[in-house]
Amino acid sequence: MTTLVEQPGTAASPAQAAAAATEAILAAAVDGAHRGVVVNSPPGAGKSTLVVRAARELAAAGHPLMVIAQTNAQVDDLVDRLATADAELPVGRLHSSEPKPYDPALERHPSVRASATPADLAGLDVVVSTAAKWAWVGGEERWRHAIVDEAYQMRSDALLAVAGLFERALFVGDPGQLDPFSQVGAEQWAGQAHDPSASAVSTLLAHNPQLPRYRLPVSWRLPHSAAGLVSEAFYPYTPFRSGTGPGDRRLVFGAPEQGSPWDAVLDEAADAGWGLLELPAARTPRTDPEAVAAVARLVHRMLEREGRTHGERDGDGGGTALGPERIAVGTAHRDQAAAVRAALAEYAEAGSDGRAARVTVDTANRLQGREFDVTVVLHPLSGRPDATEFHLETGRLCVLASRHRHACVVVCRAGVAELLDDHPATEPVQLGPASWAPDGWEAHQAVLSHLAEHRVPLA
Amino acid sequence: MSLLDALARMEAVACGRARPVATVRHRHLAEHPLVLVPLTTAGENGAPLGVMLGTEPSAPTILTVAQPRDRDLRFAFLGRLAEAVLPHLESCQDEVELVERKETDPESGKRVTVETELCTDAPQLLVPTGPGVDFVRLLGRSTRFRRTAEEDPESEHPAPPRLPLLGRWLSHYGERARVPGSSLLLSMTGLLTRHWATGQSQLEDQHLGALLAWLAPPEGATGAEAALRAELGRDGRGRLLVPPAGPATDPAFDNELLAPALTRYDRGVPGAEEEVHELVATQLRPTWEAMWEGAGMLRTLPEAEHVPDRWRRDRQSYTHHRDRLRAAEPPQPRKDDAVTAARKLAMREQRQAELEAQEALDDPLVMAVRRLAGEAFFAEVLEVEMAYSQGKRPSPRPLVTVHTQDAPLLTDGDKLHRRLPEGGQQRAELVEMAGPGELVLRLVNGMGRAKEPAPGTVPRKGDLVCWTLFEHAPRGGPGLPEPEETPWTHGGPPGERSAERPDPVTSEDVL
Repeated sequence: MTTLVEQPGTAASPAQAAAAATEAILAAAVDGAHRGVVVNSPPGAGKSTLVVRAARELAAAGHPLMVIAQTNAQVDDLVDRLATADAELPVGRLHSSEPKPYDPALERHPSVRASATPADLAGLDVVVSTAAKWAWVGGEERWRHAIVDEAYQMRSDALLAVAGLFERALFVGDPGQLDPFSQVGAEQWAGQAHDPSASAVSTLLAHNPQLPRYRLPVSWRLPHSAAGLVSEAFYPYTPFRSGTGPGDRRLVFGAPEQGSPWDAVLDEAADAGWGLLELPAARTPRTDPEAVAAVARLVHRMLEREGRTHGERDGDGGGTALGPERIAVGTAHRDQAAAVRAALAEYAEAGSDGRAARVTVDTANRLQGREFDVTVVLHPLSGRPDATEFHLETGRLCVLASRHRHACVVVCRAGVAELLDDHPATEPVQLGPASWAPDGWEAHQAVLSHLAEHRVPLA
Repeated sequence: MSLLDALARMEAVACGRARPVATVRHRHLAEHPLVLVPLTTAGENGAPLGVMLGTEPSAPTILTVAQPRDRDLRFAFLGRLAEAVLPHLESCQDEVELVERKETDPESGKRVTVETELCTDAPQLLVPTGPGVDFVRLLGRSTRFRRTAEEDPESEHPAPPRLPLLGRWLSHYGERARVPGSSLLLSMTGLLTRHWATGQSQLEDQHLGALLAWLAPPEGATGAEAALRAELGRDGRGRLLVPPAGPATDPAFDNELLAPALTRYDRGVPGAEEEVHELVATQLRPTWEAMWEGAGMLRTLPEAEHVPDRWRRDRQSYTHHRDRLRAAEPPQPRKDDAVTAARKLAMREQRQAELEAQEALDDPLVMAVRRLAGEAFFAEVLEVEMAYSQGKRPSPRPLVTVHTQDAPLLTDGDKLHRRLPEGGQQRAELVEMAGPGELVLRLVNGMGRAKEPAPGTVPRKGDLVCWTLFEHAPRGGPGLPEPEETPWTHGGPPGERSAERPDPVTSEDVL
């Protein structure tokens, strides 16, 4: 379904393949023949690095440009990266007039100017803001170039509001993450080229099918153990590989195991990159107290056992300590995240150092774009009586299963495979809409069958 | 489904009757709504079988088609439908009030105040079920592009004179029904399930008869028994005691009663037309009565406080459509262009957020749902400490310590909203979570312009205040380009908008 531009050197080393792809993309973005260029990037493939490089090259070629990201956190992160990469580059951070509109950490960069008024930032080489803020900017003057980051998470109507501001643009995004959505029904436009609730890339390509599409072929985040599964299950149309080989990354626990299932699943995950802690089958409320307790205890035990990570970033020495800031817990719902946070706070109060409370706990939506060494995932379908479209959404599982550099432990009730078999997709099939994500049902089955090989039952 | 909804359903099962999920009526209900019960032919969606309509329970009009597959008869029927429905839809056009509105002057580009007309009321249309709403939309879509003999003298099958106009009105009502909280066109099942929960599934609630059985089971029967009888009970001739509320009909009725009657009509048997009419009427009457029974139940609930605000928007929508018709604009296009679609979606999202907030503010039972979801909380004020903002003109920013037994999902810096006793709303920020259930909030607005807060705008020790994490009057998003400025990413400007061609006649149109 996708006609990707052929890329040279896919058989070469990961670094060579990635460099060749980047060169081709930059050439197309800076002086290609098309008004738009689309880049598909798998998780951790250096998307932000590409955006920073493209912005610098465009600025160096004398093209001032606007950069559009989707959230304030993404904008702050990009500005920080731009200023860190090039301290001389004048960067504008256009922000809202709310209190605390941007990360105060940006103020350490002298080349960054922050303002809520576009006029204050006129003449700067690069101006970065959210799509929501750009939409309020009047369009008297047009930018020749734009970069749209996280374009698959941007809704078509958000692009409509800002597309008048630029002449040509580089669209970068991860097609496997959560699709944008609308709280109200948008079925009446399903399948139409400009469905306002579809992703910006769908609309862009439906109207401009001739635009060149590239992909970043290497994930630097995902370990070798994860890249194969994630690529196959979530990116069948844009496959990728890992930047590291088998054994390049290791996770070692200091304290020995004590024969408990918690230790067993941690060792399995340290060894194989994946672990499944399986609770007995049951239908539970969303904040399943046993599953929440299992997640918290797993995190607590992981910290207690003093893990160390070894990999290309850690040098040849004794590795890096696996601290709470490198661990994340991912859930489907906000109340689940709140329940896990509360359970971890109890461990932190009972223990001496309070480290458990510093672990990041959030929903898939909020973990998008973030990276950790080890993740613990509360399976979206655990304990559910049904498999709804929300819980089956491919992007949700993909985000949860692709945040880690070393290992991912999934906590789940038994019986999800049967649940999936009992609930084939029942949503009406809409004619026309293009999808870059595989069927959620199929992706769930693929992940489950892989996890089954790393299963530790919790009796 | 929310926790309270699930609880209400379980209670309904336990006690055998529907349980309330609202304490006030959250939708506008006209004094004289036009009740419309349509039936359509099995396997042929666009071929109406009959309709029962009217604004008085005792005086329904019944229109039927003796052979729904005969297109001449169908259009004759639709013509009669237009004559029956249009007087009602047009009945509120001329009673107007004058309101002031801000708009951008096209020449100077400045915001100017203009006076415009707003109809003081709007006709309301009630149908039995969700598919009934779809059917109204379908009727609108299939008739608004037809040409009358006057518009197209050469046409072999001219539409009855007022039919395209009916199509435009029904299209407008069908489209408006997609706006959350709107009340121009509503389904009875939607209205009843908004206010009561039954002991059956949401799917089963789509059966108007079964739904009413739970709401008012007969003496000595439980809701479940009465609902089962409504779904399955048949009389001696095999007819369902409670026929489906349409637009689909009961297959057994189709096969055993309707099909033979239609065959007799096709053969020219005398009296067959009256027979079809009477048969279809038997299927319409129980639903007609159920509609008024449901309306009566809804009238027992007092109207929610914000309903008139939302109804005003419906009146605006009605007035705008009236103006478009009077300006002789072409019918609504088949497909929205990119800008129109995005504008509609943005408007509906804003209305959805507003509806959710208003329902919670109007109804403690709905607020309880939000409290259980961690989106609102009741809290007792423990302490108020006066503080001021930094800057040239310090403004009051009192710190309020509260204690709650609810479990809001909060993080530092979150914004909170409350209603002021005098009306209006106030925003606060979460400063600190001081202890279990103990929160320190900073009030940031709603206290007037003076150095000291206006009286009544700062809560006092011991007050019980309801705070919400959601805004009470969500703001709209930024503007979108005009359709003629549609950017290249969305296909560029749409072509010149002109009256669309009527649907081409295909071989299937001429039997």
